[in-house]
Parts: sequence; structure tokens; C-alpha cells
Amino acid sequence: MSDCHDCDGCAVAVAPAPLQKGARTHVVAIIGPPNSGKSTLFNRLTGLRQKVANFPGVTVEQRVGKAKMHGATNHHDVVLVDLPGVYSLNPRSEDEQVTRDVLAGTMPGVPKPDALLLILDCTNLGRHLVLAAPILSLKLPTLVILNMADDLKNRGGHVDTTELATELGSPVALISASKGQGIEKVFQFMEGTSAGTTSLAPPRIELPVLQDIPRCRQWARDIGTGAAYRAPAPPIWTRRLDSVFLHPIAGPLIFLIVVAGVFQTIFKGARPLMDGLQAFIQTSGQWIEHALPPSIFRSLLVDGIWSGVGAVIVFLPQILLLFLFIGILEDSGYLARAALIADRTMSKFGLQGKSFIPLISAYACAVPAIMATRTIENKRDRLATILIAPFMTCSARLPVYTLIIAAFIADRPLLGHFFGMQAGALLGLYVLGFVAAIGTARLLKSSILKSERVPFVLEMPPYRWPTVRSLSLRLIDRSKVFLRRAGTVILLVIVVLWVLENLPVKNGQPPAIADSFAGMIGKAVEPAIKPLGFNWKIGIGLVSSIAAREVIVGTLGTIYQKEGTSESVGLRKALQSDLSPGGAIALLVFFAFAMQCMSTIAVVRRETGGWKWPAIQFSYMTLLAYLCALITNEVVRSGVFT
Amino acid sequence: MLQMSVNSGSDAAPHSAGARTLAQLPEGESGVLDRLELPDDIARRLMELGFLPGHIIVPARSAPGGEPRVYRVDGSEVALRRETASHLILRPSNGKVSDL
Repeated sequence: MSDCHDCDGCAVAVAPAPLQKGARTHVVAIIGPPNSGKSTLFNRLTGLRQKVANFPGVTVEQRVGKAKMHGATNHHDVVLVDLPGVYSLNPRSEDEQVTRDVLAGTMPGVPKPDALLLILDCTNLGRHLVLAAPILSLKLPTLVILNMADDLKNRGGHVDTTELATELGSPVALISASKGQGIEKVFQFMEGTSAGTTSLAPPRIELPVLQDIPRCRQWARDIGTGAAYRAPAPPIWTRRLDSVFLHPIAGPLIFLIVVAGVFQTIFKGARPLMDGLQAFIQTSGQWIEHALPPSIFRSLLVDGIWSGVGAVIVFLPQILLLFLFIGILEDSGYLARAALIADRTMSKFGLQGKSFIPLISAYACAVPAIMATRTIENKRDRLATILIAPFMTCSARLPVYTLIIAAFIADRPLLGHFFGMQAGALLGLYVLGFVAAIGTARLLKSSILKSERVPFVLEMPPYRWPTVRSLSLRLIDRSKVFLRRAGTVILLVIVVLWVLENLPVKNGQPPAIADSFAGMIGKAVEPAIKPLGFNWKIGIGLVSSIAAREVIVGTLGTIYQKEGTSESVGLRKALQSDLSPGGAIALLVFFAFAMQCMSTIAVVRRETGGWKWPAIQFSYMTLLAYLCALITNEVVRSGVFT
Repeated sequence: MLQMSVNSGSDAAPHSAGARTLAQLPEGESGVLDRLELPDDIARRLMELGFLPGHIIVPARSAPGGEPRVYRVDGSEVALRRETASHLILRPSNGKVSDL
């Protein structure tokens, strides 16, 4: 056999010698149905050596990582490509099309995989093996990975892997990706394929010729029988937990308690960490100030960058806590139950349960949420979900909310000691965003985006313990994204703002903030925002926060810093003296509705293929924010609630 | 045999005289799927999740208010709304029950 590493349609891929330095990298793709543990395996194989990007030209997220081989002869990296979770290769959704293209080597920028890792949940082998038929037909070196080996064993199931390998004509590894059992077999396989020592055997049971689902399912059944597959007993704990979480009365109650508990913890639990971080940033800022001679550079570094970026970074603990909760809810399987409980409500607004998952992730950030709408096959439903997602309270609003709530709302107990006024206000803002989202959805679905109702189909995964490993990888990933934002977009805005605050120079001295260019901008918008209860300083913040919401915190940080408010007074106190209660609540409402985020605008433009929808969305949200803030300020000012 | 007729998408009960739909299956009973009277792409999606003719389906818990309902089929649990389940036609229960 010749070296046919790159040719299409050859049955056996054999490389002549182990890869040398500078040789073509070995690419291995991971494919599997949803809920098969694909991400867990990917994390297990690559650890921190992974990055998330998008496949060129499409919205499907691509994760690429490197796995280090520990072979005796070759110490090199294998490039791992994580493909979207699919049940089949019928190109129906964008996910499936991408998977097909990558496997065929026709996806631009992604090399054709040299080998495949097909991961299947062995507690449900019959159904998951259906995907093996089209994958094995590709004739690429494939390791069939049977994941959840521990579950299979604990629940009394059985499979003969040797027999299964003979039948499929591919090596089979029984592993537990979450516990790391059997992972070495995956490494051995990748070493073998990269060294070219893996050869394909013809399958003993012929692959179905016509690959429709009933035939593939029958084939999978025959394979399972041949491999003495015994399905495990039903997951008892999942059934028990469902009888509580999906109980007609206890279910919705737990749903509400979970949501309230998350908010309370985000607000209260993150406090000590945030205070610590704040103290550190302040102390280090003072230290730098003392270490450097007075200069324009010191002013930029300390008053601009340090206090501006620092004011944003303080919120890292809170954002991580939010992502930790979303991670736990998702990994444990509860999120699917929450979607089930929410479906009836969602359907009243013309949406479906499938919109629920993107909307829930929009609580973290609208950008991945908008990308996650690609799972919605109906185009109009998808567009409606994209348009309402930025209403959901994303983590970038959290710094603004926290700051203003802490400054203006007294923390009296609301429901005993567990749930206070401040947490209640925060929860209220989350509800407000949600109401705006579903109200807008209803408006859209009953007018321009009317469509037939699309069925709600949602697989309920068994409950699982979230692993520390996968949760911490998520958090590290999120921290990177957040800090990158703080170090790029936010830093840039802060520096530009600092320049605007310090010009024009009068008599060699920087002007008072009110006379600076920034002050002029703030004063220029003041007439428009005065009815909302905002002064020109808030105006500067609003203008700067068009880049990203949390920038306003940094902006106000630098403005008050410059005004000479000593650090002991702090941003909170400064705001209290500068904003009326009406203005403060109006500011919260404004931030709940306004689309102050360049990244979101950019992603909507990409997803909808033009400027039309982001322009409509931005105008609508800004107008709504303005009107509601106006009404709020008037109502609070007139003293209805006092 | 497998039939995937393109239905008008209305909520009306299927025309097949006397045939029970999945939506009518009470909790605690099980039924054998006969056919999916749904548009092609939706039928395929359901078949990928195990709703294949000949498979046994057992209704399980439902969301508060009775909808959507979770069904146990082919080793997994899948939630469907009533309007979808009413287009999944079961085999007559007096007939012979066979798993393909």
C-alpha cells in the first residue's frame, strides 16, 4: 500500500513513518450524538490547550485543541477538532452540514481529519450506534468510544468490546470520560494513527447500504445482539429525582427556589471576594502612584487605566459565580427539566422550549446565546430569538446593577434573612428583562415573524454529577474572555475617555472635567437625558457604554476619581450624592432595555446577514429604554412609592 | 409500514378510524408506534430520537399543567408537546405486539 495520506476515497490510511518535526500535523475529529460526553472527552484529552472559534463562513462554534502524545518514540501534538453533536449526517441543520463538510475535507480552513473518535453513550448503545453506520462508511480510521462505562457497569449492563470491534471492523474502547477511565486507549489509538500503524479491517456485519434511520437502527440492533449487549437497568436516581423536580407542585416551586437562590448567592456570596479585589486594586494603585514621579503618564496609568479597568475587573468574582451556576445546572441535567417546565409559558408567547436554552445562556452573554440559536430549524423562530436575546440580563449588566443597587437600595430583609431587598431588586431586574423579551417575542410572532408552530422535541438527559474539572475549565475560559474584554475594548474606551477628559490643555494644566472634551460630550447629551434624571456625568457614561455596558462603571470610576473624590468615599457614595433615587432607578431600567454592546450588534449582523436587523433591534431597544426610563423617573419623582 | 404523510399541521385528531395517538395514551400504559403523520423533517428528527415504527413508547412525567410530556422510548426520555404526540399513531392494542 502506498502513502495515500491525503487522497480521497482510499480505504486505508497509512503513513510511512512517524511524523517528524515540520511534517503535516495529525488531525483527529471527535464526533458523537448530543449528551454522549463529547465535550468531557475533549476536555479530558486537551485540558487547557484548547481554543474556541467559529468555522469559517458559518455560525457553528468550533473547538480546537491539542493533545500531547506520550509515545516512546514520538513526542508530538495531535490536533483535535470537536464537531457539533449530531444524531445523523443528514444535512438538515447547519450543525449537520458543518459536520459533513469537515469530515469530507471540504470545510475551508479545516484540514480533512486523518482519524475519527466516534463517542457513543454505551448505556443507550442501540440508539447511539445508529450514527456509527454513516461514520464508518467514511472509511477513515475510527476509534469507537463507548462512554459512560461506569454507568453501564453500575446499572448491570454489559457489552463485549472485542466482539463489537470485530463486527464493526474498528477498534473499540470502553471508557468513562468524566472519571478518566480507559483514556489511555484513546491516546494509544491516536498514537497508532499518527504513526500510521493502524489498519482497517472489513466489518463483519455489513453496513447498511441505504442509510435511512429504520435500516440503520436495525443494523445497530444486529450489532448489539452480536456483541452480547445488555442494556443497563433504567437510571433509578434520575427517575427518583424527576418525581421531585417534575412534580406538579414541588417542581415549579423548586424551579423558583433555584432561581432565587442563584441570585442571592451571586449578590451576597461574591461580596467578600469583590471587596478583597477592590482593596487590592486600590492599594496597588496607590503604590504605583507613590512609586512614579508625577507626570501625565502617571495620571493616565493610575487615574485612567488602573481605576477604570480595575472598576470593571472587580466584578470578575460575580460573573464567575454566575457561570458556575449555569455550568452546574447544565452539566447536572437540570436545565433540560427547567426548559420543560418553562415550555408552556414560552409557547404562550409564540416561542418554543428550544428558544429557552439560548435565552437562558443569554443570562450569561448574548453573543454565545445568539450563536446557539442555530439549533432552531425554523428561520422565523430563530430570528425572533436573536432579536429578543439581548433583553435577557447578561453578565455585563451585573456590574452596573450591583453598583446602583448597592448605592440606592437599602438591604432590608424581604423574605426572612435569606432573601433581602437588594437581591430582590436584582431578581426584579432579571424578571424585567425577561418580560421585555417575551413581550417583544409576542409582538414579533404575531406580526412580522408569524409562522406555524414548530414541535418542541427535547431529550431529557439522565442526571449526572457535574465534575470539578469541566466546571473549572468553563470558568477559566470565561475569565479569559472577560479579562480579554477588559484588556481590549474596555481599556481602549478608557484610554480614549482619559484623553477626552484631559483635553483641551489650558495653561499646561488639564481642564476640570466639566470643561474637558468628555464633559462637553456629556453636556451635549444632557438635554436629552435630563428628563430621565441623568446629569452630564452619567451622559458621558452612557455614551462610552455603547461599546460595552460595563464600561460605564469604569467611566464613572475615572470621572469621580478625577473630580477628587477620595478613594475612601468610593464610587457608591459619589453616585449617591449625584443621582436622585428616580434617576438611579431609571438608570437601572435604561440598562435593562438598551442594546449597549458592540459585540452583540456585530454578531447579530453576522447571523442575520446584514445591517437591517441589528439597526431595527438597536433602535427599538434604545427607544424602549428611553421611554421606560422616562416613565420610571417621573413615577419615582412624583412619589407614588413613598 | 412507515408512513410520513405531510400533514396540514393542524391540531385535529388524525383521520385513521379508531386508531389511538400517543397523546391519548394514559400514564402507566405503553403503546407500540405504528406511524408518524408529520412532515418529513420533523418525522426524521423524532425517528433519530427513537420514535420508530415498532418501538414501544411509555409515557412518563409531564411538566406542570400536563404539557409537554416526557416519553420513554428506545432507552431514552424525550419530551413532546401534545400537538406533536397527537400525530404519532399507535398500533391497535388488541393486535399482536411485536418489537419489529
